[in-house]
Amino acid sequence: MIRDTMILAKRTVTKMFRNPEQFIDVSVQPVIMTVLFVFIFGGAVAGDTASYLPFVLPGIIVQTIMFTSLTIGVNLNTDIQKGVFDRFRSLPIARSAPLFGAVVGDIVRHTIAIGVTLGFGAIIGFRFQTEWWHAVGAVLLIILFAVSLCWVSVLIGMLARSSGAVQGLSFLIVFPLTFGSSTFVPASTLPDWLQGWVSINPVTHVIEAMRGLLSGPAYMAPGSSLTHEILWVLASCVVLVGVFFPLATWAYRRKI
Amino acid sequence: MTRTIEAHGLTKRFGKTQALAGIDLEVDEGTVLGVLGPNGAGKTTAVRILATLLRPDSGTATVSGFDVVHQSKEVRRRIGLTGQYASVDEDLTGIQNLVMIGQLLDLSTVQAKARARELLEEFDLTDASTRLAKTYSGGMRRRLDLAASLMGRPAVVYLDEPTTGLDPAKRDDVWGMIRVLVTQGATVLLTTQYLEEADALANQITVIDHGRVIAHDTPQGLKRQVGGQTLEVRPVDASDLPRVRELMLAAGTREPEQPAPDQLSAPVDDDSALTALVAALASERISVSELSLRLPSLDEVFYSLTGKPAADEEVAA
Repeated sequence: MIRDTMILAKRTVTKMFRNPEQFIDVSVQPVIMTVLFVFIFGGAVAGDTASYLPFVLPGIIVQTIMFTSLTIGVNLNTDIQKGVFDRFRSLPIARSAPLFGAVVGDIVRHTIAIGVTLGFGAIIGFRFQTEWWHAVGAVLLIILFAVSLCWVSVLIGMLARSSGAVQGLSFLIVFPLTFGSSTFVPASTLPDWLQGWVSINPVTHVIEAMRGLLSGPAYMAPGSSLTHEILWVLASCVVLVGVFFPLATWAYRRKI
Repeated sequence: MTRTIEAHGLTKRFGKTQALAGIDLEVDEGTVLGVLGPNGAGKTTAVRILATLLRPDSGTATVSGFDVVHQSKEVRRRIGLTGQYASVDEDLTGIQNLVMIGQLLDLSTVQAKARARELLEEFDLTDASTRLAKTYSGGMRRRLDLAASLMGRPAVVYLDEPTTGLDPAKRDDVWGMIRVLVTQGATVLLTTQYLEEADALANQITVIDHGRVIAHDTPQGLKRQVGGQTLEVRPVDASDLPRVRELMLAAGTREPEQPAPDQLSAPVDDDSALTALVAALASERISVSELSLRLPSLDEVFYSLTGKPAADEEVAA
């Protein structure tokens, strides 16, 4: 079971390198987002780009991971449509191995995306302002969140008729979650009704926690505490997994 | 002889469509069963049940003595499946596709690579082995898919319309590979829409229509039931037609028809008429552009078995 999962995870990673679209998602896209937000909006939002970078870079990492974690549904749907899953199912392997293989493969994709964003950030002047183990914690926390969120995408991937529909539905979910948060601007600048949503949006708490861990408490929203934000994220993960893991595996078993 | 595949009373319904209405299939060890039927007859559904991909609504099926529902893992160790559409991973190379499947079949990486190279060689894909499968032609994909299903040296191979959409030369290649498979001892269940294909490869033929078996026989027996072969002649010069008609009757055919302005065709009981006609045409120096013995098409088979043309409705399976 573990060996089969790893073989299929390797497949996910190999495919990513072969498929320019998916490789761009984790390589070029975070760089473009960073350039766009730091140099174009940075001056307007924070006065100058140097003080915006530590604020926005953790947000860009979170946004990139959000998009990456939702491609799993598209990939699984494509595999089913193309008959690749029929082949897997006719082999004497655990039924769950293709699913877990895709999840494990995605962790590699996430790691690459985080590495690229932090690496490019370093080139344009980003420096960790916290202990090294805070940075490690940040990476683990965002990957944990991505793995918890991916079950939403798996569920959509199993229920939707085409991979195009999966993509459309996924974007519908990702956009309000990432833009309706404090990713790019401090929440205090938003209208009241939007602040209400932002304060309960789990992505906001992921971003605040990432800022606290990578850039230091000075870049977090006033009045928030790092421990509090991390606990919020862990609680969101428990809820996401508690609700969507059973639904996603039910839909997967029904299809597989 | 041992029964390798045995299915009794399989039924399967998809919504309003009764895909299988109770079919029996039996395949002896080391033989080829051809399952012949039009689109929507239930061929693919039957294969998917025997390959453990679908559960039947009722009925039982065993492969090498193992139940396809309750002992599916044992069944999967013994089968290889080649689908109607080639289910290869397009973003992997030919060799990566095969090695991955070998590894999933518990071969070591070294063993998997060795077996993959062997099959790529056998299927004439060695030169293309490091290219992505998405760059392959239809025939190459089909061969890679077939190779993938043989990675684990399965005792039972399901070939679901293995030649649909291939040009005649590629089709002959696939036929050759299937014959090799049988000489190596595999038991094969082949679905097809062509009597010609079933006749060329199968020991037994089961004809299905609307999810039911409507005939089961050897190719010889089936051809006898559906009226055997048709002799077709097209002389170069259409003015020879009356003389050709006389020669055909003399060679022992039944009354010829004229399906096209320059062509005659007549049912024959065996191929001796062809030899006799060739000799007669040669002695009278009549040249022909076409002279062939043709098996009945699927439509003709269905017409003679059911009195109706073959159904052609798609069933979502």
